[in-house]
Amino acid sequence: MLNFLEAIGDRIEIIDKVDSWEDAVRIGGKLLEKDGIVKPDYIDKMIEVCKELGPYVAIAPRVAIPHARPEDGALSFGVSLLVIKEGINFGSHNDPIYLLISFATPDKESHLKFLQELAEILQDSDKLAEQFINFKGKEEIKDYINKFFSQINT
Amino acid sequence: MGGKRLKIVAVCGMGLGSSLILKMNIEKVIKDLNLEADVSTTDISTAKAVIGDADIVITSPELAQQIGDVKAKVVTIKNFVNFNEMKEALEKTLKG
Repeated sequence: MLNFLEAIGDRIEIIDKVDSWEDAVRIGGKLLEKDGIVKPDYIDKMIEVCKELGPYVAIAPRVAIPHARPEDGALSFGVSLLVIKEGINFGSHNDPIYLLISFATPDKESHLKFLQELAEILQDSDKLAEQFINFKGKEEIKDYINKFFSQINT
Repeated sequence: MGGKRLKIVAVCGMGLGSSLILKMNIEKVIKDLNLEADVSTTDISTAKAVIGDADIVITSPELAQQIGDVKAKVVTIKNFVNFNEMKEALEKTLKG
């Protein structure tokens, strides 16, 4: 099973701002689509699900994890990370959202290791968001994640 | 509820992401409180059928409204990964 960093791979984008939460989800989804992880329809489904079920995808302060169902067009398991420096509101008690962690999984197991590590790295999600919005590029983000997990795994 | 094995159900929109994260967090807290519980996950569309005999249902404030009236105690969590919020919420529910 892929771990947190392996699941993200090179799908990290840092932007200053975005007009709406829908646009943010679209950018996160495009990163997955570009690598053949999802069909284009999957992106619309991610937005639909948020509208239908409310902004519960904002699971921790400053962090949202948009996703849809395997049958909505998930071709393989993968994750993208969008860092929004000025933040965007989802209409959630966890607003503003700075880190958008979008994912797709073709089944109910492939993403379990990733979720486990996600829960660990989000323990202080306020601090994590603050770190990530101040990093200059994706290499700094990858280094941070790498160090975080090598520290807690030793 | 002393002595009895608790049945806890974590509910999210699709039974795929958030409820699994909730489950991991619930299991950590249960261990910390020295309790025994069966923790399962479900999505909101099948929740009503699954939570019939559950003691506690754990979900977000948005989804709790959609669950409506059930026999189980419904606990809402704002931060799905936070150990302390979960621990306080469960302790309060078990006492009350």
